[in-house]
Amino acid sequence: MAKNTIIPFGPQHPVLPEPIQLRLVLDEERVVSAIPVVGYVHRGLEKLAEQKDFLQDTFLIERICGICSFIHSLTYSMGIESMMGLTPPPRAQYLRVIWSELHRMHSHLLAVGLLADAFGFENLFMQLWRTREHIMDAMEATTGARVMLGTCCPGGVRKDIDPELLKFILTTLVTVEKEMDEQMPVLLNDYSVKQRLCGVGILDKQTAYERGAVGPTARASGIAMDLRTHGYAAYGELGVEPMVETDGDCYARTKVRVRELYQSMNIVRKAIGQIPAGPINVPFKTKPDGEVVMRAEQPRGEVLYYLKGNGTDMLERLRVRTPTFANIPPVLAMLAGCELADVGVIVISIDPCISCTER
Amino acid sequence: MFNAVSKSPWVVHFNCNSCNGCDIEFLACLTPHYDVERFGILHIGNPKHADVLVVTGSVNNRNARVLQNVYNQIPDPKVVVAMGVCTSSGGVFAGCYNILGGVDIVIPVDVFVPGCPPRPEAMIDGIVKAVGILERKRKGEVFPTAPKPTHTFKPSEEQSAEKTVIKEEKTV
Ligand code: SF4
Repeated sequence: MAKNTIIPFGPQHPVLPEPIQLRLVLDEERVVSAIPVVGYVHRGLEKLAEQKDFLQDTFLIERICGICSFIHSLTYSMGIESMMGLTPPPRAQYLRVIWSELHRMHSHLLAVGLLADAFGFENLFMQLWRTREHIMDAMEATTGARVMLGTCCPGGVRKDIDPELLKFILTTLVTVEKEMDEQMPVLLNDYSVKQRLCGVGILDKQTAYERGAVGPTARASGIAMDLRTHGYAAYGELGVEPMVETDGDCYARTKVRVRELYQSMNIVRKAIGQIPAGPINVPFKTKPDGEVVMRAEQPRGEVLYYLKGNGTDMLERLRVRTPTFANIPPVLAMLAGCELADVGVIVISIDPCISCTER
Repeated sequence: MFNAVSKSPWVVHFNCNSCNGCDIEFLACLTPHYDVERFGILHIGNPKHADVLVVTGSVNNRNARVLQNVYNQIPDPKVVVAMGVCTSSGGVFAGCYNILGGVDIVIPVDVFVPGCPPRPEAMIDGIVKAVGILERKRKGEVFPTAPKPTHTFKPSEEQSAEKTVIKEEKTV
């Protein structure tokens, strides 16, 4: 038998926007197993968070990941609120939902676009990212920043969206939907795209359970798991259904993202339709004390925060379990037995976010 | 043939230790809304084909060697554009135990683009400036590396934050 070869994939690789290394053990062109090598983006943020006070941390936490920054700060703020026994006013809850869903949309368009780039359809990548710019515009118009919104804080949100801007978001969504209606059939029905995605990187339901997949990766394998159904922020009043596919291949994961894009649009519309008037944050004087575990649904899956306070400004411990961390064992299962040429597509299909994972 | 270098510079992007914010903004520059391709700038994956290295994020113990390797693989003349405050000082992560500092401790930087993250317009500005430097380097001019954006922030001064003056300046 021929000896196995080991090929390093990364840390600098055309399909990877971020550095992670996968050592691929190959038998001819077939991957036998993959060994992840991490640490290229490790910064030590959890330790730094213990040295800053809990309000400064809100902005530090956003820099865990630039793609889902708002949802990171949202989860953190919810954790602090539950330690201090605060309930943000209803308007703040709705604003949080609106920004979360805008973030989810831009993240999913980004992920699907990068996937298109990974299988060599550069035109589609460009088109999807052009559509994404409309959402970035909406975020910039409402907060003043494109990526790091910095609007969520313990007790509520820091900025209100006035009615005109709410209308602007709605008109943006009309444009986005129109463009997506043109692009998505290409992504989902094109013959060559299907050749690259269908039946590639299959993760069955049992393995997904055993390896602890989260988010679209789990939902594409038939696990109906979406934390938004638990109704944090204002999701309880908006009615969210998990989008489930059963095939578990790259195509199913893409389809889950596309369906969630449309779902997010509907959630934003519904939230704008029934947003109540009122204050946007509650004042507080207490300091966080006690322990709390807080979870929320990010574009990539479930994020878990463990916070421990001791009644002072500084937190005693902050721990984050991010979705990509949970999705690395499933992706190793997908890679075993695949072709070398499919590795890029499979890795991108879980929408990896390495800087989240390593912090 | 050499004219092609500054008329159509190829860019390789390396994410050093960044939070993705700068990376997605840089990728957004490549796409139709901002479109750096109108300056002939093309994004490629192989450092051996590149003229411009765009680097985001700061340096840690593990990726310093990788960054050095990527830089060494780019053929001369080459320019380095550093995106975001992380590349100059560690930015918001300054003081983390695993941050060695800005990328300029490993490789010479030609243009710093400040911001967290910089706006795509600023990034395009930075790349276009770098292309000008590339053209002059090609003619044999020796170019000093960009002065580091000045800042007086030191992790030990953290408690007296009101005294901290952060002054970033765009450099040519
Ligand atoms: S400068 Fe800001 S946005 Fe850019 S990598 Fe650093 S923390 Fe992220």
